[in-house]
Amino acid sequence: MKNYETVIGLEVHVELATKTKIFCGCSTSFGGDPNTHTCPVCTGMPGSLPVLNKKVVDHAIAVGLAANCEINRSCRFDRKNYFYPDNPQDYQISQLYEPICQNGHVDIDVDGKRKSIRIHEIHMEEDAGKLIHDEAENMSLVDYNRAGVPLIEIVSEPDMRSAEEVIAYLQKLRTIIRYLGASDCKLQEGSMRADVNLSVREAGTEKLGTRTEMKNLNSFKAIARAISNERQRQIDIIEAGGRVIQETRRWDDTKEESFSMRSKEDAQDYRYFPDPDLPGIFISREWIDEIKASEPEFKDEKKRRYVSQYGIPEEDADIITDSKHMADIFEETARLCGQPKKAANWLMVDTIRILKELSKEPEDITFAPENLAKLIKLTEAGTINSSVAKEVFEKVFADNIDPEKYVKENGLAQENDESALREAVQKVIDDNPKSVADYRGGKEKAIGFLVGQTMKAMQGKANPGIVTGLLKELL
Amino acid sequence: MATKIDDDMIEYVSILAKLELEGEARAQARSDMEKMIEFADMLNEIDTEDTDPAVQVIDMENVFRDDTVTNGDNREDMLANAPAKKNGQYMVPRTF
Ligand SMILES: [Zn+2]
Repeated sequence: MKNYETVIGLEVHVELATKTKIFCGCSTSFGGDPNTHTCPVCTGMPGSLPVLNKKVVDHAIAVGLAANCEINRSCRFDRKNYFYPDNPQDYQISQLYEPICQNGHVDIDVDGKRKSIRIHEIHMEEDAGKLIHDEAENMSLVDYNRAGVPLIEIVSEPDMRSAEEVIAYLQKLRTIIRYLGASDCKLQEGSMRADVNLSVREAGTEKLGTRTEMKNLNSFKAIARAISNERQRQIDIIEAGGRVIQETRRWDDTKEESFSMRSKEDAQDYRYFPDPDLPGIFISREWIDEIKASEPEFKDEKKRRYVSQYGIPEEDADIITDSKHMADIFEETARLCGQPKKAANWLMVDTIRILKELSKEPEDITFAPENLAKLIKLTEAGTINSSVAKEVFEKVFADNIDPEKYVKENGLAQENDESALREAVQKVIDDNPKSVADYRGGKEKAIGFLVGQTMKAMQGKANPGIVTGLLKELL
Repeated sequence: MATKIDDDMIEYVSILAKLELEGEARAQARSDMEKMIEFADMLNEIDTEDTDPAVQVIDMENVFRDDTVTNGDNREDMLANAPAKKNGQYMVPRTF
């Protein structure tokens, strides 16, 4: 078999974090009853007029700048015509002829190598409604709460060659967009959606093969599986002497295969034309400068600073800065307790572990940096020992409790008083003659058991350092 | 010059518009479409060689709204226009 190269370009839709829809004052919030966030504009009633939400343009410019794009000083909206019940106007308002951003790039790191992925364009558009099938009626039901929710579509050049590069690119976009606060970018919930355009060609050749577009990819794992499956499907067709058909396919992640979405009914002819209801947009130099000036410190920069300013390992800095929310918690905690390495450790080890157990993301952390800082201070001062600290942290994570109060109220403070501990240690020595004999006979390990017994007798609140010292002294 | 709408075009447009056009209705649609195109063809009589394309007739730019929720729950009013509805949703012919 010949050696094949996979060529991938991505179309990424991102739902913008605005309070209202792109062209009307309806709420974009999730969880409302069907059609409770609709009005004549977003349901395409005759005579209604769309008015653009300025925040959408702000977000689009911010993402464009962060992705090194040129911002088109003048842009406008076009109508993409198609008939489907999720689209009440019979056209989607999008941008074809003059998109807001063009010619950008983001850099990704895969296997220690940096690669630039070019961005062809970013445009603004509106989302469609949601259809569900009603078995009893054998009809479809439509909810327009999502119709008119603002999206940006980020179109890359076909610069990716593997699933690893695709995922690195998506993670990069996601980090940038989350840092900007432009979207929460959740693949599972559909606030970030990636369509994969994939073709294969014989390694070393220039000409692109026929590509397919894969839809319905709801996780990084699904994307990786779909890419490997589609690559193989196309190679099999070519090896058998066939030709790949340009089409849209739908990925079924449970069956781990894709299905053609082509049918007579899907014939498309969008007949794009400029939307006469929406005046053009002129983006002044001042507007761009203002957005540029409010840019946050992005991940790469922040990571470098953490390593030099706080002396934490690069890998730790990499993980902490994956989420701006976690990075903010880290810095505030470090500032409050003056122990950046300890702060990093609580986030890297315990926080990440709990998040994984709960299938949550760093964005979901709700505890206050003040409380983590207090916990670190209590541990450093020797008020609580490390196992109690872990127990208290679970409470901080779950309920954002005040560790000082909690330790006091639950009597968790560590016993540091030598005379109080001496009594307990003596009792353990008296009760465990065998271990005492083992230790005296040269079995150093036996002391561990005796420390454990003392801790148990003290309900875990003894200072283990003092206990060990006392045992050695008394034996 | 009169434009002829051939069978392929009728078929294509009816797929796009999700219409089933047969017999008399198909002949009627063909004649209507030909008349419409003929009407629009009048534009070809005008010399536009030195005219810039006009996207809009209103001379405005940057008409924006603030990102503030101004609409409440209008569901009942909105659904009043629906020919069929169920559980607060529009009911339409099965799509998939
Ligand atoms: Zn609306």
